[in-house]
Amino acid sequence: MLSLFVIPRHDRRLIPEGRLSGPMPWVIAIMIFLMVLATGAGLAFAEAGNNISDQLSSRATVQIIEANPDVKARQTRDAAARLRGMDLVDKVRVLPPEEIEELIAPWLGQTVGEMDNEGGSDASLMDDIPLPSLIDLTLVRSAGEKELAELRAAIRPLAASARVEPSSGLIAPVIALVHSFQWIAFGLVLLLAITTAAAVIISARAALNTHKETISVIHLLGGTDGQISRLFQRRIALDALLGGILGLIFGAAIIVLLGAQLSALGSGLVQSLGLSWYSWLIISLIPILGMILAMVTARMTVMGALKKIL
Amino acid sequence: MNEIVQFENVGLRYGAGAETLSDLSFTLFPGSFYFLTGASGAGKTSLLKLLYLAQRPSRGLIRLFGEDAVTMSRNRLPAFRRRIGVVFQDFRLVPHLSAFDNIALPLRVAGVKEKELATPVADMLDWVGLGDRAEARPATLSGGEQQRVAIARAVIGRPEILVADEPTGNVDPEMALRLLQLFEALNTLGTTIVVATHDIHLLSKVPGAQMMRLEKGELSDPTGSLRNPPLPHDRA
Repeated sequence: MLSLFVIPRHDRRLIPEGRLSGPMPWVIAIMIFLMVLATGAGLAFAEAGNNISDQLSSRATVQIIEANPDVKARQTRDAAARLRGMDLVDKVRVLPPEEIEELIAPWLGQTVGEMDNEGGSDASLMDDIPLPSLIDLTLVRSAGEKELAELRAAIRPLAASARVEPSSGLIAPVIALVHSFQWIAFGLVLLLAITTAAAVIISARAALNTHKETISVIHLLGGTDGQISRLFQRRIALDALLGGILGLIFGAAIIVLLGAQLSALGSGLVQSLGLSWYSWLIISLIPILGMILAMVTARMTVMGALKKIL
Repeated sequence: MNEIVQFENVGLRYGAGAETLSDLSFTLFPGSFYFLTGASGAGKTSLLKLLYLAQRPSRGLIRLFGEDAVTMSRNRLPAFRRRIGVVFQDFRLVPHLSAFDNIALPLRVAGVKEKELATPVADMLDWVGLGDRAEARPATLSGGEQQRVAIARAVIGRPEILVADEPTGNVDPEMALRLLQLFEALNTLGTTIVVATHDIHLLSKVPGAQMMRLEKGELSDPTGSLRNPPLPHDRA
């Protein structure tokens, strides 16, 4: 590829070059801009999906379902002690009642404290509604069927009605949706790449048509197809690089702005939509990849067209 | 003497039309000087196109430098074309390049280094009387000046065959004579010269030259042995 840019200056002049004079750099700038956005979205969704999966795959929740608060408290205490003694379990955290109330608050609308303040009632929500107690477990490995069975077997003698649920199961539909968005975004990138290649083909054919007399003379003086196609490749590659850099700058600016706005929302899933440094590295390579795509497409187009003439 | 060009029963047809050239059979020898004459439309330019590999024949055999040029692969054509200098009838100068760059084009295409081509190109510009117009674009040159640039471009690479289509059509008699002297000098150095021309006065200027005359796409003298002066109806 280096030889593309070291064509002597006098040879480059064989085909007139006008930087940013035609529509090609601008078309590529728009394509790369859209590709940057689509790639950014795809990578953000991929990272979010993977992060959530990673966080939840080794986690499980134990529900102690018991109407009698004293029995429930004892069963919770015993189960937590039993779980702490298992090699399979890395961390055990018994959720305090306040945290459980917070978890269900979106469905009930108010917390106990608020009810007490407004109505002056001493009644505790925990007393009125028989909420289960929850034990959050972090395992040393992913929570598969075998691990869940082991946990259930360990708890059943202490709390017969206890349920053990993998955390990933609860959010699996969300993760599937996130991954769907990811693949839709990457599909868009592919479509944009195909459209860019089509634009390059049209541009290369137009350039060939414009300079067909010069090409014919170079041919008759002994110029090879490779020599001629290099001139077009270089011109189109530079157009693509310039357009690509413009597209990257604007696309990256939009991603940064959107990222700041999403962070301000403070919502869990939305907040997890972020880009790591390697995602930014991939995004920053898009103009280079776009240039290579344009160059290869231009070469194939020009070589194909030249083969049709003697 | 080994032939440098050999045509055997060559025919050329454009598309589905009638044959422009029919049953051409002749031989050109290295170091010889040929004039190709004939009325307008006789097929001189078409014959030259076959010679400088711009066209493949519809039938027949062409051997160039001892090799079959009809079935030769495209990949090998550039190397053969570099051995042939061409002066096109319409000059075909590259419009956005200066006179210097146009003349340097064959050398650059052949990969000659920049520092090695500056002197010969400048010498050639001087020789055709355009030393002070090196940076001029073709559009700013007169017809005669453009023709001289085209001739300089054709001979700069010291080709083994020089093919010139009406090379003196736009120059004054003095310049025409100088150009013929250049062709003769090249011929003396071993270059085979083929000049297509209407100008019958040129024929007498090169005593050793042979003449081929085309009539309606056929050689009126298939042996190529006609000598000066041309036949009377060439003067018409």
